[in-house]
Amino acid sequence: MTQALELARQTLLSPSGLGESEIARLFGHLAGPSVDYADLYFEYTRQETWSLEEGRVKNGSHSIEQGVGVRAVSGEKTGFAYSDEIVLPALTQAAEAARAIARQGADQGQPIAIHAVRHEIPALYGAADPLASIPDADKISLLERVEQEARRQDPRIKEVLASLAAVHDVVLVARNDGQMVADVRPLVRLNVTVIAEQRGRREQGSAGGGGRYGFDYFVDELALGFAREAARQALVNLDADDAPAGTMTVVLGPGWPGILLHEAIGHGLEGDFNRKGTSAFSGRIGERVASEQCTVVDDGTLPNRRGSLTVDDEGTPTQNTVLIENGVLRTYLQDTMNARLMGVPPTGNGRRESFAHLPMPRMTNTYMHAGEYDPGEIIASVDRGLYAVNFGGGQVDITSGKFVFSASEAYLIENGSVTRPVRGATLIGNGPDVLTRVSMVGNDMELDTGVGTCGKEGQLVPVGVGQPTLRLNGITVGGVQV
Amino acid sequence: MTQTAQHEADWDMQRLHDLAQQVLEEARRGGATAAEVAVNRSHGYSATVRMGEVETVEHNRDKNLVVSVYFGNQTGSASSSDFAAAAVADTVRAACSIAKYTAADRCAGLADPARLAREPMDLDLYHPWSIDVAAAIELARACEGAALDSDPRLVNSEGATVASHSGTEVYANSSGFAGDSAGTRHSISCAVVGEQDGAMQRDYWYSAARDPHELEDAALVGAAAAKRTLRRLGARKMPTRQCPVLYEAPVAASLLSHFTAAVRGSSLYRKASFLLDRLQQPIFSEGVRIYEQPHLPKAVGSAWFDNEGVATRDRDLVTQGVLQSYVLDTYSGCKLGMESTGNAGGARNLTIEPGPLGLAELLRELGTGLLVTELIGSGVNLVTGDYSRGAVGFWVENGEIQYPVEEITVAGNLPRMFQDIAAVGNDLDTRRNIRTGSILLNNLTVAGS
Repeated sequence: MTQALELARQTLLSPSGLGESEIARLFGHLAGPSVDYADLYFEYTRQETWSLEEGRVKNGSHSIEQGVGVRAVSGEKTGFAYSDEIVLPALTQAAEAARAIARQGADQGQPIAIHAVRHEIPALYGAADPLASIPDADKISLLERVEQEARRQDPRIKEVLASLAAVHDVVLVARNDGQMVADVRPLVRLNVTVIAEQRGRREQGSAGGGGRYGFDYFVDELALGFAREAARQALVNLDADDAPAGTMTVVLGPGWPGILLHEAIGHGLEGDFNRKGTSAFSGRIGERVASEQCTVVDDGTLPNRRGSLTVDDEGTPTQNTVLIENGVLRTYLQDTMNARLMGVPPTGNGRRESFAHLPMPRMTNTYMHAGEYDPGEIIASVDRGLYAVNFGGGQVDITSGKFVFSASEAYLIENGSVTRPVRGATLIGNGPDVLTRVSMVGNDMELDTGVGTCGKEGQLVPVGVGQPTLRLNGITVGGVQV
Repeated sequence: MTQTAQHEADWDMQRLHDLAQQVLEEARRGGATAAEVAVNRSHGYSATVRMGEVETVEHNRDKNLVVSVYFGNQTGSASSSDFAAAAVADTVRAACSIAKYTAADRCAGLADPARLAREPMDLDLYHPWSIDVAAAIELARACEGAALDSDPRLVNSEGATVASHSGTEVYANSSGFAGDSAGTRHSISCAVVGEQDGAMQRDYWYSAARDPHELEDAALVGAAAAKRTLRRLGARKMPTRQCPVLYEAPVAASLLSHFTAAVRGSSLYRKASFLLDRLQQPIFSEGVRIYEQPHLPKAVGSAWFDNEGVATRDRDLVTQGVLQSYVLDTYSGCKLGMESTGNAGGARNLTIEPGPLGLAELLRELGTGLLVTELIGSGVNLVTGDYSRGAVGFWVENGEIQYPVEEITVAGNLPRMFQDIAAVGNDLDTRRNIRTGSILLNNLTVAGS
């Protein structure tokens, strides 16, 4: 953390001559007796993307954004303003705007002594700039090797799109409790999408991954593996039939299908919805919401994972939070505001897309612990059903609890065996009861490869998911075949 | 518009023009053979009231510049939110550095100078709202109050929001084009939660306009949100079956968005579209006409030049069900051996021609089937046209709504669904860039219990 703090200070404060005493004075404008919480969120983000199509890297882009988000919270009220100029007059103006809503007329603020927090939270990732981790020429050649590997799989692979992206995010949070905390977050990602064609029919396959690393994470074994995986999926889908429609037994594969937990469970357990009572899970702590075989956690502390954070965007260290323990609902996910209003400790889940957005409770890496069944045994137990191993996106209606997620690779199970591939199946269910339908939990827990992006109220943040193979009894499969 | 507001907008605009020229000059000095730049500034606020109390007041103030440079047929781009001279120089340098590594592509470059827009048009897009935060809060309170007071089953709320934003932008390129536009956007929205037999439902309504005088009355927005939530109470699953499906206007726009995504140049040249090689072929049922009106006064998608400075113009994309044109920018046009259609940035104010029937008459046309009022999830495959999305709506028999349904999917294949359009309603929803009435499809698969 010390390294992060020094880097953050150099990047965010030094250029404008800001330091603890200037920030202390800003809190004089921002805080006051009626303000329960206030913070300043300094952020500098540099990103780059390289993209390949038609065998060549024809596009690259680079962006820099920086600014400060200023927030004052009083009870359930939040005032928020930001400035993309990190200079004292602009920050003072933002502080005045943010506090207007929270502070009563005569309520005078006092400067707050600020001290940088150097306590030894071990950083979960390196502070080095991932954009500079390998030479630009090597980024190009990596994408070219990925493209060639995908094409090499089969002459039916007709198009290959690949992209490589890195983000370097430097964050400094100063709070009205006097703490100033920094975090420096690398994030890289490689994506491959291919289109395969056979007798006029076209299908696509996608794969990719990444995490909080430099580009050197993408050794050939990993990167070329994504290329082969995307090609494999597209080729499987060339032979897929229409998916069935109706309620049936569904077996979900391990890893990325854990998007089920993210949509069906995770969002509904976010503290803001539960504080307001608008979630289908509101008021249900201590109740059974899943089969006894299910233990689900949200864990922001996994080193280098895409969804991990050393500290969240309010400076709270992340943790491993048990959401559901042996089927019983234990905890909601909290940021500082909702934790305070609900009278519980924050869980390190206060996240925001950028300085220009308000933080709210968000997931990190959400996954289910392994169970006892062999995955083969789970498939063999199903007479007729769907085996879904890859998914596109999902969505949930928090209030009704209904969620969907769409399979990009799925098969029929007939008489205990995986038979034909099927396409275009969206699964729909009810969050509060879907895990009560879990009858078998596999012993093959896997995390996803690092591709998840979660959207909430228009804000995007990187997340992770994971799960073992699961058997769900009776979930609606939205195919076309009646 | 007040004199002051006009003055501020003009002042802002001149600074953005100066900045754009500075960027082009930097690019030229950096050795670029061509360059283009877009710069924008925006500001505004939103105020949310929940359960009668202020919940959030957010002030926004954003700016950004994006530059693309060309060294012959090699390109690179970069963006920055910092307009200081040193940052601008760094940004151009970053773009130039990227261009050294990218592969040459004969299609990379600026738009054909002959196609650039010549005559600036006033599309009446800039109407600042002289309302302060305190008044906005009162309006939001009135909106939410109208919803919550209307029925005791409305027990909770996600709040009502009043938002007002204005922005200015300039696009310039090294062919000598420089154009600008200023616009405003205001909205009132409300989402409330109802409860019945221990089950909760939420729904919402909003009004949005460039001119605040054209916003729906706050109390009416609240009342619409209340009505939409209440009608969902008691929702249940329905049996799996095939039946006709009527998409209510606010969700019908999504069908057209899948159409535009499929005829977009970037999807076509990558062969990632279910509408490859279908120009001049019937892709919709016979009566369907879909057209673009980029010069509609006060409309959300209006612009007199596209994102490359090419003149925009009114045109048909689909006439009598037949595909007339793709949605192309210069690059994708070149890849397909065609010209730009003035659609860098997409189609603008895309409209499907309304038919004679209102929603009630369309329900009678539907007879027995499903009325869809909300869709969730992203189960659309643009390569194959496979379509399967989560839905909420109402079961309809003999033209009469019977009961609300949920936890179902509607599924089909988009090329077939487009051919299957039986009617387009006259209940045009003009709040967004895609403007449509309700759309009736003859037959889809509904998966439920």
